Amino acid sequence: MTASSVEPNRRDFLYIATGTVAAVGGAAALVPLIAQMNPDASTIAAGAPVEVDLGPIAEGQVIKVFWRGQPIFISHRTKKEIEEARKVSLASLPDPQADDKRVKPGKDQWLVLVGICTHLGCIPLAHQGAYEGWFCPCHGSVYDTSGRIRQGPAPKNLPLPPYKFLSDSKIRIGEEDTAKV
Amino acid sequence: MSGHSTYQPQSAFMKWMERRLPIAGLMYSSFVAYPTPRNLNYWWTFGGVLTFLLGAQIVTGIILVMHYTPHADMAFNSVEHIMRDVNYGWLLRYLHSNGASMFFVAVYIHMARGMYYGSYKEPREVLWILGVILYLLMMATGFLGYTLPWGQMSFWGATVITNFFSAIPLVGESVVTWLWGGYSVGNPTLQRFFSLHYLLPFVIVGVVVLHVWALHVVGQNNPTGVEPKTDKDTVAFTPYATIKDGFFMACFCIVYAWFVFYVPNYLGHADNYIPANPAVTPQHIVPEWYYLPFYAILRAIPDKLMGVIALFGSIGILAFLPWLDTSRVRSANYRPLFRQFFWIFILVTVGLGWLGSKPAEGGYTIAARILTIYYFAHFIIILPILGWVEKTKPLPNSISEAILKSSGVSSAAPTATKS
Repeated sequence: MTASSVEPNRRDFLYIATGTVAAVGGAAALVPLIAQMNPDASTIAAGAPVEVDLGPIAEGQVIKVFWRGQPIFISHRTKKEIEEARKVSLASLPDPQADDKRVKPGKDQWLVLVGICTHLGCIPLAHQGAYEGWFCPCHGSVYDTSGRIRQGPAPKNLPLPPYKFLSDSKIRIGEEDTAKV
Repeated sequence: MSGHSTYQPQSAFMKWMERRLPIAGLMYSSFVAYPTPRNLNYWWTFGGVLTFLLGAQIVTGIILVMHYTPHADMAFNSVEHIMRDVNYGWLLRYLHSNGASMFFVAVYIHMARGMYYGSYKEPREVLWILGVILYLLMMATGFLGYTLPWGQMSFWGATVITNFFSAIPLVGESVVTWLWGGYSVGNPTLQRFFSLHYLLPFVIVGVVVLHVWALHVVGQNNPTGVEPKTDKDTVAFTPYATIKDGFFMACFCIVYAWFVFYVPNYLGHADNYIPANPAVTPQHIVPEWYYLPFYAILRAIPDKLMGVIALFGSIGILAFLPWLDTSRVRSANYRPLFRQFFWIFILVTVGLGWLGSKPAEGGYTIAARILTIYYFAHFIIILPILGWVEKTKPLPNSISEAILKSSGVSSAAPTATKS
């Protein structure tokens, strides 16, 4: 008995082998159990790119379209709004980003944003707040005319969805530019 | 301590049964002969109230599921169907929604009683921590249930709460997408919330069994905080505690019924009678009243990640209470300083709740910040220091001595009378 407890025997081998199989099998079984909660094929398919005609959007108007169940703001900015967004010193911003990095080259008047407050996901209201950009009614975050966070608890600027210009008056949301326009 | 395994099966069948599954003996020693301190006041009846409410919520909930449809296109209408078409559907739904509020009323009083009388102290730490786990499970269940009617507050409450997890560095966004089963709160979210809302009450039942088990191992605390020493200090659970719990439960049900029959929507929000609309956020999002103090803490902190950490920290810190309170004296009756700080803490928490219902701006935010700091200071600074500096009053030698002194009775009358 004492001798066999020092030398690994067949029972020790079986014990370790069974334990290993159980651990690996248990871990492998977790994969489908967890992965099933991620977006399913129909949800992903419903998130295909959408095309938006910019023609009817008047200067100074903000419209809301839906892509992947998320509101997308398309703002046709006035000259004043563009100027206000550009004259701010970047150092004073909580999440510094230049306005021309937030629009497509040569399309300064078109600002396209994911309309979800980066704090806790409410939908900010357009043309409101101290900077006349967006104001979130839930917890008081204030965004400027470039959709950048200026005040309040939100940590980041309103994100930019992937989109590209198909023509001067048409964009496709959900697809990034492959080449520079 | 008396009362263990004194069960004597009478009938032949019970004798046969007791040798195979001694469940009658277990019930007898746990809920009949179990010795309970003879000085328990009405603050000790909320455990019974909570057990009753858990049962009531499960019964009304199972019935509601018979008529409810967990689908984003149909959930709202199926709730209206319950309210208008189903026989007594309005009653069952109002019992369930107000039952949740009553559940939290009872648990807050139950927790405050534990804090006042030091019921979390050695050897009841595990009992207390199981209670904190139950409270967390209750909060999760309440939140999941509130999304099911799929009104505006349901939808936006679910959006805000699930977005807490987006504060996690690096993986936050992926975690939130995983929770939603999509790119925003939608039908997959509703269906999984429904599944979990049905599951969690039974998890709560399991943890309640552990909670009661732990209680029966260490015994109940009592208003003196002095452990029972002799049979004179205790009375049998039945009839003494049973009748007291039952009487109070009936009184509590009057309040419950008053809400259900007279102001069934007082604790809800009118916005939740508007169907969920992903395009419009309500002007003023407010969670259910029982989350308001923590909501105020979240909003008081101007940083997203820190706000979420503070929110969870304000609940999690309760689990460490047995070690943060350094005083060896349990009951606030013998701790003159602690007693004052306890009531300040209660006022601060209620104040945070009031601030949570107000818009997050100006003076409200400043007040919420001050009260948030105090909330944490109570646990991290005041409680540890009080234990060192406080001069406590002398403790009675026993429970019976404390009772006889206060009631002015000179001779002992064990177990037959009760104040």
